[in-house]
Amino acid sequence: MKEITCKLLVIGAGPGGYICAIRAGQLGVDTVIVEMAKPGGTCLNIGCIPSKALIHAADDFHKTVAMAAGKNAMGIRAENPKIDLAKNMAWKDGITGRLTNGVSGLLKKAGVKIVVGRAKFRDGKTVAVETETGEQIIRAENIVIATGSVPVDLPALPFGGKVISSTGALSLSEVPQKLAVVGAGYIGLELGMAFAKLGSKVTIVEALDRILPLYDTSLTQPVSKRLAALGIEVLLGTKVKGMSSNGDALLAETGEGEEKRIAADKVLVTIGRKPLTEGWGREELELDMVGRFLRIDEQCRTSMRGIYAIGDVTGEPMLAHRAMAQGEMVAEIVSGKRRSWDKRAIPAVCFTDPEIVSVGLSPDEARAGGREVKIGQFPFAANGRAMTLSSEEGFVRVVARADNHLVLGIQAVGAGVSELSAAFTLAVEMGARLEDIAGTIHAHPTQSEGFAEAAMKALGHALHV
Amino acid sequence: MGEKIIKLPDVGEGVAEAELVEWHVKVGDIVREDMVLAAVMTGKATVEIPSPVEGEVTFRHGEIGDVIATGTVILKIRVAGEDGESEAEPHVEVPPQASASQSVPSSSPEVKGQSEPVAERSKPEPVQSTAAQAAPAKSAATSGSGRGSVTGQGVPRAEGEKPLATPAVRLRAKDAGIDLRQVSGSGPAGRITHEDLDTFLSRDSGGAVVAGLQPNKSVNEVKVVGLRRRIAEKMALAKSRIPHITYVEEVDMTALEELRGRMNGTQKPGRPKLTILPFLMRAIVKAIAEQPGINAIYDDEAGIIRQFGGVHIGIAAQTPSGLVVPVVKHAEARDIFDCAREVARLSDAAKSGTAQREELSGSTITISSLGAMGGIVSTPVINHPEVAIIGVNKMAIRPHWDGTQFVPRKMMNLSSSFDHRVIDGWDAATFVQRLKSLLETPALIFVDE
Repeated sequence: MKEITCKLLVIGAGPGGYICAIRAGQLGVDTVIVEMAKPGGTCLNIGCIPSKALIHAADDFHKTVAMAAGKNAMGIRAENPKIDLAKNMAWKDGITGRLTNGVSGLLKKAGVKIVVGRAKFRDGKTVAVETETGEQIIRAENIVIATGSVPVDLPALPFGGKVISSTGALSLSEVPQKLAVVGAGYIGLELGMAFAKLGSKVTIVEALDRILPLYDTSLTQPVSKRLAALGIEVLLGTKVKGMSSNGDALLAETGEGEEKRIAADKVLVTIGRKPLTEGWGREELELDMVGRFLRIDEQCRTSMRGIYAIGDVTGEPMLAHRAMAQGEMVAEIVSGKRRSWDKRAIPAVCFTDPEIVSVGLSPDEARAGGREVKIGQFPFAANGRAMTLSSEEGFVRVVARADNHLVLGIQAVGAGVSELSAAFTLAVEMGARLEDIAGTIHAHPTQSEGFAEAAMKALGHALHV
Repeated sequence: MGEKIIKLPDVGEGVAEAELVEWHVKVGDIVREDMVLAAVMTGKATVEIPSPVEGEVTFRHGEIGDVIATGTVILKIRVAGEDGESEAEPHVEVPPQASASQSVPSSSPEVKGQSEPVAERSKPEPVQSTAAQAAPAKSAATSGSGRGSVTGQGVPRAEGEKPLATPAVRLRAKDAGIDLRQVSGSGPAGRITHEDLDTFLSRDSGGAVVAGLQPNKSVNEVKVVGLRRRIAEKMALAKSRIPHITYVEEVDMTALEELRGRMNGTQKPGRPKLTILPFLMRAIVKAIAEQPGINAIYDDEAGIIRQFGGVHIGIAAQTPSGLVVPVVKHAEARDIFDCAREVARLSDAAKSGTAQREELSGSTITISSLGAMGGIVSTPVINHPEVAIIGVNKMAIRPHWDGTQFVPRKMMNLSSSFDHRVIDGWDAATFVQRLKSLLETPALIFVDE
């Protein structure tokens, strides 16, 4: 097979990789992208998008069940709702299919050549791709490693059979009657809550003594409350031992040393993700590492000239939008523009019920180093739109410097607050002060009013609390 | 342990709010009883707030320059040996220290409460129950830009602090190869603006600037607070509402100077040294007797001119903190020595900041004098809501044609402004001509015609 020579080769067509390739193509850079599965990566195929589809479906079903049970305050009644999970999965696959096709189309439109297969470095300038039709050698001036990450498994609970990863959970054809979830991070909670809403009896086991350790407790408290309301048992400080000998239960040990036997049809292990640093010939290269991750500088350059790395393989936070921004930047660098990583904020969203969004520094992080801060928190209980959505739980919180009111962080928990992440991140990125937010008209009636109110609260003059 | 809550006290005259002009304590400070905690300024005076207790400051609210409603909690002091919270309205001796801007008089003594100046009347009345919440709002909103708290242009960022700029500015800097850490930010919170980048770029490109003379592009921002702000507001009010007519006339002061020299030369014990000012004051009293319309305040909203029998003459005086106008009350009832004594006493009090509030308000006409700095002509700004101000220019020996020859005479100009809405040019000229004849023939000042 004829060798391909190009200016830029991107390995991995996840969110970071495909954005990098599209942008490079736009800038006229001769670009090739290699993907061993479908374009879109974890995010589009087995992560963000399908999980949100499942969560949405679970929400709708759960509401309908409540209507059928006569528990709907708005007076809506339903009878005998059912969910056909196989059909639901087909609907979800339709969405991901459209999106991955869309990505392919965008890559083609940008003039990017797509090579399907598993890539492996030969040396710092050469990659061999195992394609269906044989080995394809690609020589490139610049190579971007965007291999992403994979779920971490537990030695005591290897994936297979009843033990599934998030990928498995997103392709179940039946709702498990009893679901045990190992790990109370955002993936475990998002999926655990969704299955509880679909009718599973869910038990969540977490080794730490709290859920969602990345968020402070005031943000996670409404989620804990909702977990309890959904009848989800959360065992904190509990370590997983393995499956029972007959395979019908998960064995665990509480902090007090008490043995727990958790009956389960499926065991979903979501204890985190690890960068995919094996299987693509890293051993042929001399790449410096930082812990499990590839070491990069502020231009996403690795320790080898001409080799860049972006996305989950480069470190936390392992988020699609971080990878995308890195990919865009690297494409521009390769095209000859002066760029470096200068983002002030990377939003983090947790699609639990209620949702959590966090941008910038939390109050404790902001106070670190003895800085004086002003904090304004506005409860959705005082927001008209939240009331009409029957979701008064949660709040918006703004953290700012006390001396010049520069906004350092914004957090919210509540129904649908993920969409507020745009406003929050823009505010931090633009260097807004409390007065800028308080002085911006926020449409009524929307939950976003809580944002302005939180800023006003920090300034000492909230209007609705 | 208990907590003493200090609220902004009612500083008198029914003023609903006051501007914070000084902080003497910060959180963590130990204060003694009667120690001065803060100073606030009303339209009339600066008032110090003493501590009613001994203890540690645990809470402080408001920044210099904030306008705070009466009753707002401004400080909390932790007190040993007391339980719970207690409120304290510090005992304020109104006003231990007073100073006021030129246009302070808000009402004449005779018609108190009916002729408050527009500026004060139009201020929103703070609702008492919400004052505590409403006021922090204002203060917090402005404190970011308050003096000393905002990082303006040229203020260096703290070590290791990332430069603050919008993504568009960052992109432009990247494209231009500029390290934003080298650019100072003039925007809010020290944000680097496109203009800052322009400035930086133009400085960069002008790299061949000759050593020695360098363009200085620094901008020093000074927040207008306290007395300065009062003066600014009053001046703007006077100039925007009052169509001034300014009339300048020269006065031959030779005779008056001769008389003054003699009077000062034959001083009796207890008699003050006379300056020109008391002569002018007496002349004004005389002239007003014939033209009472000049000694008045014009309430333009009510459409009423109040002409006063008493002549209360404000004397604009420069003090270290700015322009203040002490008032000599009832000049019509004072002889020339009494006028001189009162002027001396008031100007000392104003300069040392100990003038009482009532000594700084209630004038019905004002004299503006810069003495040796008086220049040839000035255009004095009327002390709103008065209708006339008499400006004294510098006296100098100038040649004067006496009909046959030039003779040296001590000449001085009077530059006087009048509210043209209520005083016609003719009346203004008549008044100044009357002053001129009185000053040129000073005996007329002392006789009843």
